[in-house]
Amino acid sequence: MPRQTVEIKKSNKRKYMLEKLSSRLFQFCALLSVISLLLIVGFVFYKGSLPFLVDGYSFFDFLFGVDWVPSEEKFGILPMIVASIYATIGALVIGVPIGLFTAIFLAEIAPKRAAKLISPAVQLLAGIPSVLYGVFGLALIVPFLQNQLNLVKGQSLIAVILVLAIMMLPTIVTVAETAIRAVPKTYREGSLALGASEIETIFKVVVPSAKSGIMAAIVLGLGRAIGETMAVILVAGNSLILPTSLTDSVRPLTTNIALEMGYAFGTHQEMLFATGIVLFSFILILNFVLAKISAKGGK
Amino acid sequence: MTLKRKTMLGLLVLFLTAILSACGNSSNEGAASNDGSATVSVSGSTSVGPLAEKIAEKFKEKSNVKVEINQIGSSAGITNAINGVSEIGMSSRDLKEEEKASGLVETIIAYDGIVVVTHPSNKVKNLTMDQVKAIFTGEVTNWKELGGADMEIVVVSREDGSGSRDAFQEIVGYSSGELVRSAIIASGNGNIKTTVATNKHAVGFISFEYIDSSISTVDINGVEATANNVLQQEYSLSRPFLFVHKEDQITDAGKQFIDYILSPDGQAIVGETGAIPIK
Repeated sequence: MPRQTVEIKKSNKRKYMLEKLSSRLFQFCALLSVISLLLIVGFVFYKGSLPFLVDGYSFFDFLFGVDWVPSEEKFGILPMIVASIYATIGALVIGVPIGLFTAIFLAEIAPKRAAKLISPAVQLLAGIPSVLYGVFGLALIVPFLQNQLNLVKGQSLIAVILVLAIMMLPTIVTVAETAIRAVPKTYREGSLALGASEIETIFKVVVPSAKSGIMAAIVLGLGRAIGETMAVILVAGNSLILPTSLTDSVRPLTTNIALEMGYAFGTHQEMLFATGIVLFSFILILNFVLAKISAKGGK
Repeated sequence: MTLKRKTMLGLLVLFLTAILSACGNSSNEGAASNDGSATVSVSGSTSVGPLAEKIAEKFKEKSNVKVEINQIGSSAGITNAINGVSEIGMSSRDLKEEEKASGLVETIIAYDGIVVVTHPSNKVKNLTMDQVKAIFTGEVTNWKELGGADMEIVVVSREDGSGSRDAFQEIVGYSSGELVRSAIIASGNGNIKTTVATNKHAVGFISFEYIDSSISTVDINGVEATANNVLQQEYSLSRPFLFVHKEDQITDAGKQFIDYILSPDGQAIVGETGAIPIK
């Protein structure tokens, strides 16, 4: 009898230990992403703020300077900020309508069999490594633009916009589709019962009801576009000019970092981290907007 | 509650050590192996790097000395050699005056030629150095001014900080600030080649080892871009691959490594990698 009790106690003890240990392990894993975030943000901000805090460079000149000549200590990223914004807006103009219509088609109009074929295709599009989009852009879109528009070089803002528009499609389609599907069936039935046509129902009832989800889709797509690097680096041309037309070759913020980090050291490297801060601020603003939208949607 | 606090404290400590070790790493990179026993630390040019890696591999088989190579760019490598962070620095450009003044010993281990390339359909096959400069600084913007077809010139250059770009600009005689703004910037020799090969307006520059039939090479001042012309010092778009070290910092193993590169065996490997042997 006592022997048995001891054994039970022992096994219980082990059990509790294991219980505690695993909960601690899970806790650690959960905190790991927070730690990673803090480390990355801390490191980028630390490195990126050095030139301004220690070496006395002006942050204003950095943001609004138009010359980027690292070997001559000129660090102005205005052309890159403008390029990033133009490219993202351009991609939105093309990508949002296509993505939204695709989502509507998949959720509302398409027969089940067609949806079953298109949905996985769209999701697969999201899985293609971004460098392949770049290679595709360089091999097909760039020569196509060069020949069709009779340009001297196809590496241009418009090439970036086209590639980014394709890349943001899966994000927009999947998120928007989920939002549209979440609209209660009774809304549609009510609208149809009142005599509205199917398309009227979609645009007057379903889409407005799914508005916050669709907005979230757009913001997520925007984040994808502004942070994309590898695909852009191959089709942008990376010239250091303030873009004035769609056919100018441009250098967005991301490619500036990727292009030069390999060789950079000292102040040049720190300025690339500073470029990262600007990029990070854009993403941060987007996330705040996204949080605002989702909060509204929850009401 | 106390348990929670302990965990948080533990995590904080972990976090801080991670930061500290991350900060510490960057400063003593490469120096860890400077004990002189059987490891030689080498850092510098990304152009010389691949060549040095290959030779280091063979050298290890022979002498059992490990050579650690960090490809961080010529300027950083030279600085490391001066500060003693690395035993040997690799450079793909000539030393500047202030770098020479610090008492570095230079050893030329190979030469590399840079060649101006155009689309194969381009009729311009010869340029003077001044014309090359005019193209890359944007003074000349149409091929017809150089005896070619009436079409715009699209300049393709490497990124700022690249040793090849530094060398090219130094030899041709223009600075990064003077490079025409609309130039396409491509990272790496291969990328420049692809860009030029697919655009009949384009002109760029690449290392000799990347020459193939997809692009057309341009003679400089009537001299063809060949290894022989580089060695005869007739082809001017060439640069030395240098090893630099300080006499008081080099170990015997480091000296042996340099000697091995200069030996017939080492120079044979130089030839294999596409660079030009010094002999």
